[in-house]
Amino acid sequence: MHPAYSVIFFTTATGAGYGLLAFLGVAGGFGLIEGGFWFRLVSLGLALALISAGLLSSTAHLGRPERAWRAFSQWRSSWLSREGVASVATFVPAGLFGIGWVLLGKQGGWVAATGLLSAIAAAVTVCTTAMIYASLKPIAQWSSKFTLPGYLIFAAMTGSVLFNALLALLDEPRTPAMLFAIVSGMVGWGWKSATWQHNDSLVATTTLNSATGLAGGTVRSIEWPHTEENYLLKEMGFAVARKHAMKLRVIAQALAFAAPLFMLATAFSFSDIGGLAVVLSVAAALSQLAGMLVERWLFFAEAKHTVTLYYGR
Amino acid sequence: MTCLPASTEKKLGLVIDLDTCVGCQACVTSCKEWNTGGHMAPLTDIDPYGGQVDGVWFNRVHAYEHTTEAGGRTVHFPRSCLHCETPACVTVCPTGASYKRTSDGIVLVDEDKCIGCKLCSWACPYGAREFDTDVGVMKKCTLCVDRIYNDNIAPEDRVPACVAACPTSARHFGDLGDPDSAISQLVAERGGVDLMPELGYRPTNKYLPPRARTERAATVPAPALEAVKVEGGFLGWVDRMLSA
Repeated sequence: MHPAYSVIFFTTATGAGYGLLAFLGVAGGFGLIEGGFWFRLVSLGLALALISAGLLSSTAHLGRPERAWRAFSQWRSSWLSREGVASVATFVPAGLFGIGWVLLGKQGGWVAATGLLSAIAAAVTVCTTAMIYASLKPIAQWSSKFTLPGYLIFAAMTGSVLFNALLALLDEPRTPAMLFAIVSGMVGWGWKSATWQHNDSLVATTTLNSATGLAGGTVRSIEWPHTEENYLLKEMGFAVARKHAMKLRVIAQALAFAAPLFMLATAFSFSDIGGLAVVLSVAAALSQLAGMLVERWLFFAEAKHTVTLYYGR
Repeated sequence: MTCLPASTEKKLGLVIDLDTCVGCQACVTSCKEWNTGGHMAPLTDIDPYGGQVDGVWFNRVHAYEHTTEAGGRTVHFPRSCLHCETPACVTVCPTGASYKRTSDGIVLVDEDKCIGCKLCSWACPYGAREFDTDVGVMKKCTLCVDRIYNDNIAPEDRVPACVAACPTSARHFGDLGDPDSAISQLVAERGGVDLMPELGYRPTNKYLPPRARTERAATVPAPALEAVKVEGGFLGWVDRMLSA
């Protein structure tokens, strides 16, 4: 599948944003962390900015962005429409939570309730995003049991690493947040490795035989309908990153998992390093977001659509 | 709504005979000619006379080599929308632009509602939908909805343009929901198949596999001509003179 830059940025940014929002909603709303005004303002502001920027960028790949409002109408059947509804609905509890937690400086009570609702709405929205991909049967790499948990895990992972970095930067390094970031990073790495292993061992149930109805033997494409590449090949037959898939997997793992885990573990192990813990926490978050962009690129580039069979690819 | 109808009154569709299709591309050009002025007009061409030709087509004809134990053969394979009974391209549509008609089962796009998110083209395993980069909306085969019900053309012409154009009668049009229709009988008789049945889209269109080989035709070419014998007499003299 062709990786549209806007969609790669969208899924990475909103994943991190919703993850961060969920942590702030629960940890902040219930008073598990105090945090001063600036921590609250900047962290919730960043979460909502990531979400908003992601949502806005997702309209960039539309052919007719001025009609985007229509996408809220078909929530009964379409996961894309459900995602639109859920993403906008999340702003209601998140906005109320922001008023209570940031502007009024409160926690507990109704602020905890709106915080919890924000976390739930964030999780629901991430699920709807994942289901857009998981429900596409023509793409075996997406239509798998790894997709939905993967999106949730990566939202929690990037959210918690951001949460930890913001705490270190604007509040103070906190052991539980750091520990959660480390554990979720390990879970994320494991899940991604398992997903790649699963994808690599996929046995195609759809073949050129079943695609053409020609039973038995082998079917080989000897002539395309047209000499030049068309929309189907440009959109579904993207092959650039597949060529470098193995190198990109190494880069994605180094940036998204290995480097952040090393930095966080260092900061966690040496509690007396002071300012360095802040630098390491922030660097871990930046490295992971860069790595996740590569991972998301691969998510698209390595996905193979059944229509490519018709073209002998 | 992009929810699917529980059932449709008719199941209009095509049956394509892979035995008789000769890959002449007449259906392709006829489709383009009709539809670039029809319901989904225009079928934009990008850089039509340049080196990077691209454009929207509803019907594309591939060629395959099918090799079995019985031998190999070339199969020409027209590929277009199959007007599935459970088309995921419709249910994934977030705007309601895509719909399946309750009356005849034809899958259509309302171009005025399409936002061009392309998700429907991802959801179609057959590559039936093509994005028009110029207009910014998705386009697809309409089963020539503007021909088959058109009172302004002769009754015998009220079939999809691709069917009307086919010189070998490899394309058939009719109601596949009616088991007594000529087209359903043809499918039953020839063992018509669904494409990618394992994905569960339940295509309406059927493909008739090539017939089994027969031994009736000559399996070797005619015997080679006899070599010219060296002759005597006048003809032998002519032969010698001309061969020199």
